[in-house]
Amino acid sequence: MAFELEFEKPLVDLQRQIAHLKRLAEEQRLDVQSEVAPLEQKLSELRREIYADLTPMQRVLVARHPRRPYALDYLRTVFSDFVELKGDRLFRDDPAIVAGWARLGERSVVVIGQQKGRDMKENLRRNFGMPHPEGYRKALRLMHQAARFQAPVVTLIDTPGAFPGLGAEERGQAEAIARNLEGMARLETPFVATIIGEGGSGGALALGLADRVLMLENAIYSVISPEGCAAILWKDATQKERAAQALRLTATDLHELGIIDEIVREPDGGAHADPDEAGRALGEALDRALTELEPVPRDALLAARAEKFLRMGRFVEA
Amino acid sequence: MAWFRKERRERTTTRQRLEIPADAWDKCDQCGHTDIRDKFDRNLQVCMECGHHRRIDSRRYVAILTDPGSFTELYGTLGSVDVLGFEGYPERIAVARRKAGTQDAILTGHGTLTGVPINLGVMEFGFMGGSMGAVVGEKIARLARRSLEERVPLIIVSASGGARMQEGAMSLMQLAKTSVTIAPLKQAGIPFISVVTNPTTGGVSASYAMQGDVNIAEPGAVVGFAGPRVIKQTIGQDLPDGFQTAEFLLEHGMVDIVVARHELATTIARLLRMMLRREPLPASS
Repeated sequence: MAFELEFEKPLVDLQRQIAHLKRLAEEQRLDVQSEVAPLEQKLSELRREIYADLTPMQRVLVARHPRRPYALDYLRTVFSDFVELKGDRLFRDDPAIVAGWARLGERSVVVIGQQKGRDMKENLRRNFGMPHPEGYRKALRLMHQAARFQAPVVTLIDTPGAFPGLGAEERGQAEAIARNLEGMARLETPFVATIIGEGGSGGALALGLADRVLMLENAIYSVISPEGCAAILWKDATQKERAAQALRLTATDLHELGIIDEIVREPDGGAHADPDEAGRALGEALDRALTELEPVPRDALLAARAEKFLRMGRFVEA
Repeated sequence: MAWFRKERRERTTTRQRLEIPADAWDKCDQCGHTDIRDKFDRNLQVCMECGHHRRIDSRRYVAILTDPGSFTELYGTLGSVDVLGFEGYPERIAVARRKAGTQDAILTGHGTLTGVPINLGVMEFGFMGGSMGAVVGEKIARLARRSLEERVPLIIVSASGGARMQEGAMSLMQLAKTSVTIAPLKQAGIPFISVVTNPTTGGVSASYAMQGDVNIAEPGAVVGFAGPRVIKQTIGQDLPDGFQTAEFLLEHGMVDIVVARHELATTIARLLRMMLRREPLPASS
């Protein structure tokens, strides 16, 4: 049976009941519609109720849900004609980042996304969606390629963070991220970033210095994981609820703070409950953002992008 | 019996005990070399024996990197606010101000270096581990803007554990904010020299600290994206000797040059004068 989150248990129980009834109906050729209908009604109400009122830490768990749609899922549902391009031309290809040309409706775009694995084997290959420097260098290489062909860049952000390992440090993880930030600041093409799951700190921002930053309703974006924050501040990783609250990492929080530009609604029960619906909403939001950005002259685009990030941060001045 | 006898004289102590107060001594934390504190200080807190570079504060770097009397502080009144309502943050700021004696984690201003006008920012590790929040981001952004408008080189000395957790994603956005102001310097051909000192990790290393036209590291400085503790946890084994030190970064091509503190001002001045097509320094300096 699929993974379930603690607070999703009542939903899963109901789903099981419904499935059981339907199976009975099929086997014994009974009409159970009168029993099933109210249960389905109850399911959707319960789903709405539970999801309307998630705590920040619960939202973190939804953002990390193992059945949540990943970049490659959206590349199948939202985009078409995807041709994956690999490698940083310096060291190797990093499977934690997938990238290439694709179509969004009529328009050609370059899509770059962090990719987690669905099972242990794929996760080992994709390093749980934690890129090495070569992943970021591949991303920048293809951003430049997009700009050369005057195609917009669309990034799909979903990573626990840039990988903190020996090889990553040897090959300049910090330098790779820093270079991407500088490159994105100067990227002469419309650029929309979407946080679709986990926006893990610098490793996420390395694909996120965009004209428009969208965020799925149950995604998170933070400078540090709640677990990491709790371990540092209170020397106790079990204080993650408290940290998740304090960090203000939900889409609503970040929209209020002006860090993201738009929240993309997810279906009731989260994107994993109805991936197609989640994809439809994402596709629409991307199309709207790109339609707005495409007519803007390139120098005005770059100036507005810089201006947007320059406004971020509050302080007092005596 | 001896044929001579030492004449007994009354014992008198003629030698006065040198009165050296206990705190006049200092010991290198690296090699244990003990010497007079003042000597360490005159040597810019670099051990005379092993060359270990001890941390110095932002004021000291300003003294090293600007001509005497030329430095004027800018944006000194910017102060952090508790943007998220993060528990305990206002108290942490108050304590940090008292302990570090600075308003926030960076000191910014303008001055001259061997007569060449520069804009200088020096991070203060003593203030909440040199963490970058909105104030650090804003001060760097303003300084970089000023460099662009006046066509004056920018020098930033980094010492930081990274973004300031208590400002959440807002501190993360300072990586973006500083990057969008440093990028135009490159296009305008205005030199940006980044000096990384011990330690420079996290969001600071992943933004301006690694974006210099020239990245200079102090000997022995630990510089990297993830801190050594996090990496150790991830890989479950001890890190190799010298991992993430300035020399390691030099070997792996991430910094241009490792420069001892005594040579820092001269090296930067030399570079700036060549980049700006100004006459060389006189041979004596």
